[in-house]
Amino acid sequence: MSQEYRYIGKPTPRKDAVQIVTGRAKYIDDMEMPRMLYGKVLRSPYPHAHITSIDTSKAEAIPGIKAVLTHKNAPNWTTGTPRHVRVLDSRVRFVGDAVALVAAISRELAAEALDHIHVEYEQLPAVYDVEEAIRPDAPQLYEAFPGNLIPFDVPLFGPKTLRGVVLGDVEEGFEEADFIGEGTYAYENIPNPLPIEPPGVIAEWTESNKLTVWSATQSVTWHRHMMIPRMGFPDIRAIGTQCGGSFGSKNYSGQPFLYAAALAKTAGRPVKVCFTKEEHFGAFALRLGSRFRGKVGIKKDGTITAVSGEWFVNTGAFSDMAQAQIAVGCGEAQLMLRCSNWDVKTKLVCTNRNPSGIVRGFGGQELESALFPILETAMAKAALDPVEFYKKNYVKPGDGYYWRDGEWYVCRGRDYSDAIDKGVEAFGWKRKWKGWFKPTAVKDTKRIGVGVGVHGNADVGEDVSEAYVRLNPDNSVTIHACVAEPGVGQRSSLCKMVAEVLQIPIEGVTIAPADSLINPFDFGLLGSRGTFAMGSAVISAAEDARNTLLEQAAPMLKAAPEDLETEDGMVYVKGRPDAGIPWRKVLGLMRTITGFGRFDPDYSVPNFLILFTELQVDTETGKVDLLRVVIATDVGQIIDPPSIEGQLHGALGAAGIDTAIFEETILDEASGHILNLNMMDYKWRTFLELPQFHNVILETPIETHRYKAVGVGEISTAPGPSAILMAVSNAVGKKMGDYPLTPDKVLTALGKIPGDHKT
Amino acid sequence: MNKERDIESNTINLIVNGENTPLIVGDQVSGLLPSHTLAYTLRETLGLTGTKVGCDHGACGSCTVLVDGKPILSCMTLTIECDERRITTIEGLGEPEIGQLDPLQQAFIDHAAFQCGFCTPGMILASKALLDNNPPPREKQVKEALSGHFCRCISHYHVVDAVLKAAKREE
Repeated sequence: MSQEYRYIGKPTPRKDAVQIVTGRAKYIDDMEMPRMLYGKVLRSPYPHAHITSIDTSKAEAIPGIKAVLTHKNAPNWTTGTPRHVRVLDSRVRFVGDAVALVAAISRELAAEALDHIHVEYEQLPAVYDVEEAIRPDAPQLYEAFPGNLIPFDVPLFGPKTLRGVVLGDVEEGFEEADFIGEGTYAYENIPNPLPIEPPGVIAEWTESNKLTVWSATQSVTWHRHMMIPRMGFPDIRAIGTQCGGSFGSKNYSGQPFLYAAALAKTAGRPVKVCFTKEEHFGAFALRLGSRFRGKVGIKKDGTITAVSGEWFVNTGAFSDMAQAQIAVGCGEAQLMLRCSNWDVKTKLVCTNRNPSGIVRGFGGQELESALFPILETAMAKAALDPVEFYKKNYVKPGDGYYWRDGEWYVCRGRDYSDAIDKGVEAFGWKRKWKGWFKPTAVKDTKRIGVGVGVHGNADVGEDVSEAYVRLNPDNSVTIHACVAEPGVGQRSSLCKMVAEVLQIPIEGVTIAPADSLINPFDFGLLGSRGTFAMGSAVISAAEDARNTLLEQAAPMLKAAPEDLETEDGMVYVKGRPDAGIPWRKVLGLMRTITGFGRFDPDYSVPNFLILFTELQVDTETGKVDLLRVVIATDVGQIIDPPSIEGQLHGALGAAGIDTAIFEETILDEASGHILNLNMMDYKWRTFLELPQFHNVILETPIETHRYKAVGVGEISTAPGPSAILMAVSNAVGKKMGDYPLTPDKVLTALGKIPGDHKT
Repeated sequence: MNKERDIESNTINLIVNGENTPLIVGDQVSGLLPSHTLAYTLRETLGLTGTKVGCDHGACGSCTVLVDGKPILSCMTLTIECDERRITTIEGLGEPEIGQLDPLQQAFIDHAAFQCGFCTPGMILASKALLDNNPPPREKQVKEALSGHFCRCISHYHVVDAVLKAAKREE
């Protein structure tokens, strides 16, 4: 640890710990409002169809049914980017698309009413493959999007929002190259981030144009600022509940939100819409499909001379954030691959499977997982050690890159070579790495392989955070920041930072509920921005309040404010803690002091981590067992040790590392149905399958943050999938390129069962 | 116990966290329907929302409660099967009136053995059954006991530490 702090860097119990372990923490489905109704959704059995008739009269006649909505009477609100997805439409575009909504006095009654809605469909041909969808004769999903191409002319991050990377001259770059990697790889097993808690929203109209929503989310204000323009500009008060995991997906629960709000408007009562697990699998956010066809040129020494290709991104029926994910993904690729010549272009395509949403990795994981196998082909030809390659090519201070807004930034972060070296040592990479397509060890039918991946993100300082910090005369402190708790402990870490600035017991620091009415603006808990962006806002607010406190105390202590100190609710002249006065004397019993802080975006400080994997392939059964994971990173200063450990362990969950081993959403292209939309058929890692996991966390102070810290949590899933492909390729002695590497694919590669081996 | 009484009076009695809790079968408000799962009754009828429903299909373990000391999936158990059974939910651990936590709950706090916390009540109850009914477990036994519990945040490592620590404390 670089500096001794009172709280920073030390484990303190989560503020909500007792609530959680006693079952008192209130998640969305634990909440009831007076006169609340329950909303249910009738869903399409067809992947693509016109609704030719719909009869709701029988459902409406059931006592206890308070609202029934179809495309004929649903509000004309729209989501999707650009906005094109109606709350309910006369056409359905995926199996599970919403056809009708019902609100009733009980869940059972709402579900029963769905059976009494009679719908007739005219089925239409459907398309699922990203490249088939853009052929001229393909079925068309939206009239507004000819060729199923979703336009980019939506300035999510301003007029120059990144939609590819074009830089230098790739032809020249390829001429300079000694080795070229080429091919097409797809990260299209559309895994589910699958937080344990399904998405849910409660909506209540308090006046005709005033809506209050409670939701399970990681970014509370999105349900205000994103939804207001989509719904004809009502005033929305967004309140976050305890959130049972999100991993990006519940940043924004557009569909449950609109369904609850529409039903609540019609019924004139609060309505709760909580998806079932089946709906969570079949009608909520999946990871974007990603296919990259391209070419990478490198020199013998590992210098990258050119990257070119076409990135096909498949949203399924729609998405709200794909253009943003593409922008960030293109930015992140440049952080990982220092190169002067780029020509990467993107096609954003809609198809007839359920929609994509935000998933941890936010475009970067999707691009990396399809692009890196091509890079590795070049590395293998050059016989380069991938660790050395990534070390050489990760962005260094002074290097430039285009970030999501299309602006050029010069890196003023750090050189992460030390973290890489420490990771190499902890993993034993030099001992285990035997060269490309060579196993680390072979014993009978078992082969051991190792692989490595890196990831980094300049979103740690994205967007705006604001906060108030209020000092109360009883020495307690209240933070007002619109920050949710989806599991990363950020609310508690902010309390810790404020306790540190004000030098008061952390037990006395409370953070107000995540409610847009009572807190200033915060963009949300994403992109590892909690520490740098939110942290800096809260720290500034605490410093502002502290300054006012010392100014008010100065005349009482007959000293200048800068000569004063505060500790444990006392103010004193530096060096004279015995002659202090308490806050209540400075403030008076009926006054408080409020400080304000704001963080403005800063995209010049990328974070980083490297992930090493060791696994065992059984050549008899084809099974891949993950044995060991080592993550190395440098975070400047740890804020809360168990929180960061947990975030890094998260590499195994949330559509991360296991998307290369067994996680996949299986879509039957004959029917458009997902075949595994339940937690038995969708494979997940159990306690008995835990690999050894070791985190190497360096703390080299970074000057951009008061406590010298940079956030890293979000990126731990991203390097895993391509690292696993590398490790299995090394174990079996053959390039493996088809996510996930289930036993059938491994046995095919080994020539033990017939089939086409995809390299 | 008294089957005749049940049929005549149409009530069943759950002993929830030590308290007799009679439920009347029928479709009146707060009535017990034969289709109600124990998870539904606990959460929706009795307001004990500490029991979480993740998948509602018996696959994720988050709805685990103890019935006569054994961990069961309350989303796969019909309430009418639980007449006169002793049911322990997360609300029944420790001595909440005086703010006293069960050693397992304290160990989960001390080891930061949760992130989002949604799977935590189920994991604590499954661990409780393991510690109550067996000699102090080894790591492998803890993992076996919790192998049906889904945690997407990946708090598994901290959970194993917490349970092993609580087991030592109880020795």
